[in-house]
Amino acid sequence: MKDRNLEDFVLEEEVNSMNEKIEKPVKSQVTFNKNRISRRIVLNNFAKHMFSLSTVFAMVVLGILLYQIVSGSIGWLDWQFLTSNLSIFPEKAGIRGAIIGTLFLMMIVIPVTLLLGVATAIYLEEYATEGRIQRIIKVNISNLASVPSVIFGLLGLTVFSRMLGFGSSILAGGLTMSLLVLPIVVVAAQEALRAVPGFLREASYGMGADKWTTIWRVVLPVSIPGILTGAILAISRAIGETAPLVVLGIPTLIMKIPTGIMDDFTVMPIQIYYWTLDTVLTPEYAYLASATIVVLLITLFILNSVAIIIRNKFQKTF
Amino acid sequence: MDNKNIRDIIQQNIKKKNHFSDRIMPKIFLFMALISVVTTFGIVYTLIFDSIKFFSQVPIREVFSTNLSPLSREPSFGFLPLLNGTFLTTIIAMLVAVPVGMAAAIYLSQFASPRLRKVLKPVLEVLAGIPTIVYGFFAYSFVTPLLMRLIPSLGAKNALSPGIVMGIMIIPMVASLSEDAMNAVPTIMKEGAMGLGSTRLETTTKVIIPASISGIVASIVLAVSRAIGETMIVTIASGSSKNFTFDITQSMQTMTAYIVEFTSGDAGSGTVGYYSLYAVGLILFVFTLGMNLVAQYISRKYREEY
Repeated sequence: MKDRNLEDFVLEEEVNSMNEKIEKPVKSQVTFNKNRISRRIVLNNFAKHMFSLSTVFAMVVLGILLYQIVSGSIGWLDWQFLTSNLSIFPEKAGIRGAIIGTLFLMMIVIPVTLLLGVATAIYLEEYATEGRIQRIIKVNISNLASVPSVIFGLLGLTVFSRMLGFGSSILAGGLTMSLLVLPIVVVAAQEALRAVPGFLREASYGMGADKWTTIWRVVLPVSIPGILTGAILAISRAIGETAPLVVLGIPTLIMKIPTGIMDDFTVMPIQIYYWTLDTVLTPEYAYLASATIVVLLITLFILNSVAIIIRNKFQKTF
Repeated sequence: MDNKNIRDIIQQNIKKKNHFSDRIMPKIFLFMALISVVTTFGIVYTLIFDSIKFFSQVPIREVFSTNLSPLSREPSFGFLPLLNGTFLTTIIAMLVAVPVGMAAAIYLSQFASPRLRKVLKPVLEVLAGIPTIVYGFFAYSFVTPLLMRLIPSLGAKNALSPGIVMGIMIIPMVASLSEDAMNAVPTIMKEGAMGLGSTRLETTTKVIIPASISGIVASIVLAVSRAIGETMIVTIASGSSKNFTFDITQSMQTMTAYIVEFTSGDAGSGTVGYYSLYAVGLILFVFTLGMNLVAQYISRKYREEY
């Protein structure tokens, strides 16, 4: 006991003497460290501001974009613009045809994608067992989601327009668009189905229901908000998409309003595209394009708000 | 005895139950699910089938030449100008999207307060939800005139402006994917570094980024694939010049813009020009698919599990 204390004492002395010897260098080191620390903090703060500036840059661009487009549309976006047919005179031109065309397109896209998307999700989540088919479908959907939209246009051109003879009709455009947005619905529906708690299914089975009855009467009703949210996101993608429809060969100038799904049509993005291209000849077309963009963005904004409301209000938590 | 009776009853019930729907429904759903697989095969089939017709009529040496004039009397199909245009616009886009997107991701995941994040994230999502045609209009009618003031020699159609705007369009994608990767790094590691006295910047560069590098690289690869496949911005703002040039102030055509220009009515079915669409589409498809497979491989193979 005593010995050990003595040892400690000796050790302490030794350390003290060593400290005395190296006192000076230690002091300078401390001041050096202080400099270093403050430098590190300055660097940290500088980086923080750079990072926040970059983030703000994105916001500023968004602001400029919206300002440019809204200011370009002022004076052109009015009731007459929404309800008039297309015209070569900028003052008389309107997007009634494009709005009706968009609605017709949605009449194809919504049922087709909902049916195929939800069915695929039900198969993957409820029926499929771990195995090759399930893996192939999953990999396929994630790859399909990343295929450029212009390629879907080529598919539509070959299969729907030429092979099946739909031409550049609403049907051909709608089916092409449905395939394009299918992965969005599938992924959303899969997530919604996965979120249904197991005890609901078990309770249903416990009451003697078979698998299909359980899915139809219990799982689907619970997951409808999630599926709807995904469907709305898919629809807003389809409303804004241009490239596949241009590839299908939608005619440049359509004066006629479509009346059925086999008619030629135009939609808002196509209208923006052609007006933007033609600003070289008629500068006023830029205002028409701006006005159409405002209508398009408002539509998308409303759709997304509805999706958020559905998600927040109707999603049940268990 | 009692127990056995109940079991018998259950067995009887199972036998009695009509299992028709449980036998037929999986098959119906499998059929619907396979339509997405059929779509992929449809894409591959149409691209390859018509590309073969193209490559059987055009010698491979011509394809790798710089002379692209599909509509002249003696048409020539050298795709190098298209590849060049695609890669130059993509590189410009990446020069904008990667630094800004990464900085935004670092800021959102490491520096911003939760309240600020709640405001900033939706704005980035809005930026991601704007249709590409709107960005195309923005590039052509605002960014190009703006750049013209800085660079007087800039053409009305050029590769620079759509490249920059494409980069802006891709920022949210890089930011949100990289942010997800950074948020997936366990808090313990972050707290460990900060407990040792690191500043946030040091924690980010020395712990967070090395730990999430696979996710970050995958997000950049996906962004490149997105830029290669982007259509409307370059179609509107980069024009249709088929010259082989590295001058980004001049008009260039990308692969996607070529497809759009040609399908808008110029080529009749059955001509070599028509088949060239599918050859270009095939090259585009191979590039984007390859990029996505690479991204999936990177994030699977190099992911660090904690």
